[in-house]
Amino acid sequence: MVLPVPQQRLLDLYRVMRRIRAFEDAAETASQGGVAAWGLAENATPAKVRGPLHLSTGQEAVAVGVCANLVRKDLLTSTHRGHGHTLAKGADPARMMCELFGRATGYNHGKGGSMHIADFSVGMLGANGVVAAGIPIATGAAHALKLRKQPNIVACFFGDGAANRGPFLEGLNWAQVYQLPVLFVCEDNRISATTPTGPMTAGKGVSARAKALAIASEKVDGNDVEAVDAAAARLAAQVRAGGGPRFLHAVTYRFKGHVSVDPGSYRDAREVETAKQSDPLLLARAKLLERGVPAAAVDAIDGEAGQEIAAALATADAAPWPQASAAYEDIMNTVTGAWR
Amino acid sequence: MNAPERKTAMHTQQMTYAEAACLALREKMRADARIVALGEDLGRGGVFGQYRGLPQEFPDRIIDTPISEANIMGAAVGMALAGLKPVVEMRVIDFALCAMDEIVNQAAKNRYMFGGQGRVPLVARMPIGIWSASAAQHSQSLEAWFAHMPGLVVAVPGTPADNYGLLKSALDSGDPVIYMEHKELWGLTGEVTVGSEVPLGRANVLTQGGDLTIVTWSRGVSLAVQAAASLGKAGIAAEVIDLRTLWPWDRETVFASAVKTRKVLVVHEAVQVAGFGAEVAASVAEHVGCKVARLGAPRIPVGYAQVLEDESRLSAAKIEAAARNILK
Repeated sequence: MVLPVPQQRLLDLYRVMRRIRAFEDAAETASQGGVAAWGLAENATPAKVRGPLHLSTGQEAVAVGVCANLVRKDLLTSTHRGHGHTLAKGADPARMMCELFGRATGYNHGKGGSMHIADFSVGMLGANGVVAAGIPIATGAAHALKLRKQPNIVACFFGDGAANRGPFLEGLNWAQVYQLPVLFVCEDNRISATTPTGPMTAGKGVSARAKALAIASEKVDGNDVEAVDAAAARLAAQVRAGGGPRFLHAVTYRFKGHVSVDPGSYRDAREVETAKQSDPLLLARAKLLERGVPAAAVDAIDGEAGQEIAAALATADAAPWPQASAAYEDIMNTVTGAWR
Repeated sequence: MNAPERKTAMHTQQMTYAEAACLALREKMRADARIVALGEDLGRGGVFGQYRGLPQEFPDRIIDTPISEANIMGAAVGMALAGLKPVVEMRVIDFALCAMDEIVNQAAKNRYMFGGQGRVPLVARMPIGIWSASAAQHSQSLEAWFAHMPGLVVAVPGTPADNYGLLKSALDSGDPVIYMEHKELWGLTGEVTVGSEVPLGRANVLTQGGDLTIVTWSRGVSLAVQAAASLGKAGIAAEVIDLRTLWPWDRETVFASAVKTRKVLVVHEAVQVAGFGAEVAASVAEHVGCKVARLGAPRIPVGYAQVLEDESRLSAAKIEAAARNILK
């Protein structure tokens, strides 16, 4: 089926969002029954995903809308909630699921798990367990691109909570001082772990802080993938043209708790239900149907995503565990036999 | 310092500890365009002159930065991941404490945590040690903190020759190196073999002796050699070993000396409690089973007034007294 360009673009964005949603749902299910970090009941079978799992369910449009404007050699730094960014940058869901399962064939050979998911081969330089820690790294990567006269840019994702950490100021200032090719993306899900961000943030919010450093910014509905795509296209083009850093403030909502075992009961249930009316997948689907894309075509994408993630789960389930000796690999062996 | 001639053959030259580091970096930067240096006040050659002349020769690669230690270190991680070999200047180690997440959680763990997808070949220079009348926040020796951290190399040169040779090896290591120069050694003059390198993990035996072993590094080196000379006049032969790198550290050289002397004194300017001397002494006790002792600073911040500062300072006399004590 040949679709007009705008419909085809939206369908392509929808496809990646659906892949992320299916991945997050599957990972969430695979983490049920116990997360090691919170302790397991006696006789409990450990979950297949045993570590903390920060789900980006509900935030798919930000990752997808931004990454649709990146090329493979562009770089990306992420947060602890990084599955969506990784998939949107082009990583293989099966190798990601292997990593979540702690298997030897995962991207990090089982050394990182969800919180450190990365695929350097597609320019995804890593999820990060420390809030705002990706910001300085992104500025350095952009600095290197500029010094090496490479035509690429860096997309730097962080959450609303990061704006209250020192590296946010240091990194934005740095990028502006050296006019570096960074697209800062504040993925504002309105909550810092389990505390609403608003009352913890002085002034007029993250965009105002960017503006104070004379970094041009745009605020966008982060649940509307077309709006994110359009804003990211404008800003990424300016960054790519050598105009220095730009700032995208995308407001979205985290459907799940801070981690997969967190029911999020500290939030008003009505607030969550209201937010789910603006599910980025529902919004995109409605637009597609409204513009004459047959429901069957959209359903087919849903089915394909489901199959793809089911295959990823099967691959991860069958994948080998790391050898214990691998604990001593990927680090300098500076004193033979003297690791202790 | 004038730009030296580029020679392939080795020759020796007298120079200061600061000039030695400058020459090492100049040679490496000429040979490898991926090497850059970033930090506060580098544009004027560094606060101790340890980058003198380099901003003129490499105007695009010596990067003057804002006072943003966290971002300096974090940017170096990003630069390394994007193909550069950054040298980070932290000015004094006390300021590197503003960059601990970037050092410990980001630089040190990147290679391992991401399963070897990337490497972080950065050299973080963070001058240590008492610097006269500089008090508690400009005088610390924190090498043990970094030796404790998997993923980091720790170098502590004590002579011009080692500052030249170790800095070159640090730039070749491929992993993050915590490179600690001592602030009271910048003007120390010595002979440097231009063109040489000092491998990481290889100690230097400075004096031979069979009565006791003194293991030290950094500022302790010249003081221990003085103490050994004084002991020698009294007929006591001390073997002084300069570790030069704390991770990796040269266990074989230390153990061999311990087997010979059966008495090992570890000397460092850092606070003695939980200092790296404890690691050396415990390793010697476990592997050789001989007598061990430590000499480090008391567990107090460095004071400003001379009489207070002296309580934290090493001296040849203190080392000699500790040596005589272990011989009792």
